[in-house]
Amino acid sequence: MIKMQELRKDFTVRVKAGRLRREKRTVAAVDGVSLTVEPGEMVGYIGPNGAGKSTTLKMLTGVLAPTSGEVSVFGLTPVPQRTRLALRIGVVFGQRSQLWWDLPLHESFRLLRHIYRVPPAEHEARLRRCRELLDLDGFLDTPVRQLSLGQRMRGEITAALLHGPKVLFLDEPTIGLDVVSKQAVRSFLAELGASGDMTLVLTTHDLADIERLCDRLVVIDHGRVVHDGTIEALHARYGSRRSLVVDLDEPLPPGFALPGASMGAVEADGHRVTFALDGSSAGAAVAGLVAVASVRDLSVVEPDIEDVVARLYQAG
Amino acid sequence: MGDLRIYAALAGGKWRSMLSYRASFAAEMLSNLGATVLDVTTVFVLFRATATVGGFTLAEAILMTGLTALGFVLADMTVGNIDDLKRYVRTGLLDTMLIRPLPVLPQLVFTDLPLRKLLRVAFGAAVYTLALAANHIHWTPARVLLAVLTPLGAALFFGAIFVLTASFAFWWVESGEIGNGFTYGGRDFTSYPITVYSNWFRDLFAYALGFGFVAYQPALALLGRTDPLGLPAWAGFVSPLVALPAVAIATLVWRTGIRRYRSTGS
Repeated sequence: MIKMQELRKDFTVRVKAGRLRREKRTVAAVDGVSLTVEPGEMVGYIGPNGAGKSTTLKMLTGVLAPTSGEVSVFGLTPVPQRTRLALRIGVVFGQRSQLWWDLPLHESFRLLRHIYRVPPAEHEARLRRCRELLDLDGFLDTPVRQLSLGQRMRGEITAALLHGPKVLFLDEPTIGLDVVSKQAVRSFLAELGASGDMTLVLTTHDLADIERLCDRLVVIDHGRVVHDGTIEALHARYGSRRSLVVDLDEPLPPGFALPGASMGAVEADGHRVTFALDGSSAGAAVAGLVAVASVRDLSVVEPDIEDVVARLYQAG
Repeated sequence: MGDLRIYAALAGGKWRSMLSYRASFAAEMLSNLGATVLDVTTVFVLFRATATVGGFTLAEAILMTGLTALGFVLADMTVGNIDDLKRYVRTGLLDTMLIRPLPVLPQLVFTDLPLRKLLRVAFGAAVYTLALAANHIHWTPARVLLAVLTPLGAALFFGAIFVLTASFAFWWVESGEIGNGFTYGGRDFTSYPITVYSNWFRDLFAYALGFGFVAYQPALALLGRTDPLGLPAWAGFVSPLVALPAVAIATLVWRTGIRRYRSTGS
């Protein structure tokens, strides 16, 4: 479906060197990315600002020509075959509107029907589905410039789907949205992905998008792929573990050890202890604890993906 | 033909967008007309001081002015807003055009059709028609054809210059007003008999850049006058063809430019 082979994009930037002189310098925005995406996959792309996420997406959609390497979507090479590819993919840019600013939302949909030459019956059916699932009916007649960001984003996603693409690229679709709008967008995309024949590639800064939507996570930094796999695989690789935090009536006896767990921070004069679970289940660890100490309170803390990713960025 | 329907729909979208700002649309339409009227009035003012300019009478000069005005406003009303490419490139908004199954140039042109310039086209056509009537032209089939083709050739020529100069934005994002020197400067140049200009300036604009074939040469052919600058009579009849190399060059530069487009951060 999507293939990238040693994909690379260089930009020349001019840097001030002295009062008038400016030097040209080449910067690799995408630096040798090789990835394959199968039909039906939901892939989440994350990385710090300037990591090359958007540039990669733009090469996949035919907006930018790669400096070197190969890219194909549906077997088409995006740059020379841009218009043919456009009929088969949907693209949402979180930060650029594709809608007609001064026209009511439904007019944008009508114009897109012309642009993509969608037969009226198909157009109607797809629009009806989006109207139900994204709750568009309240603002179909409102000019786009008067929509809230959340409403507009729902409009943008609908606009990208009306020609029935089998691949949807989303560049930061939840950026700037409030919690409710984020939920609406996520559950719609989840439903879209669950149908099985839609391939989804999205970039985001919000890891909750990925946890909710994507079975595959690609972390990109400085133009290179630093992780490609499931979220669990990322945790396993970076040794992030669940932890058990216990509040005790009395400090633990010296030399105490729990099998399958290692003692971490000891706080409040020994009244609060954190154990990292490596191997032991939370249940077994709790049982081992209550056998020797009186436990007042406890909580199991899931590993924080934000921490893992932050560590990944810093390592890069 | 299917494509024409799409572009008609895009133009319709633009029309309805305009109507959402009725008052400013009307005001712009009138102020636009005012600008063209002033350009033509300048020629009349000039002839109040002297009976002939560069060896041509008022009626003859107005024929050149009318040809230029009609050709220019036709180009301006279709591709005039391509100047806005600067904004699309600077903000990265061009991305949204590149993901659609249509070529970018007609998409930009029809999405942004400057319909407020409609009145100017009517005015340009009126000036041209009156100038044709005022000049006792000895009509032959060749001259009728030339009278029809010349404004179209001029429109293509100016259109090519609009596209060409707008394409600079692909190389220099802050191309600013460089382009206007050629578009508006060129229009002002061809509004008068080129015999009024000094040698090197005339050679550059009239022959090297081709502006002498937009209005001056075809006007000579319509009037049946020999060129005081020495080109043969048939030169006037083939003048509209000057649009073809102009369009070819503009297309080439545009295509090269699009490939250089680098978008903006996310």
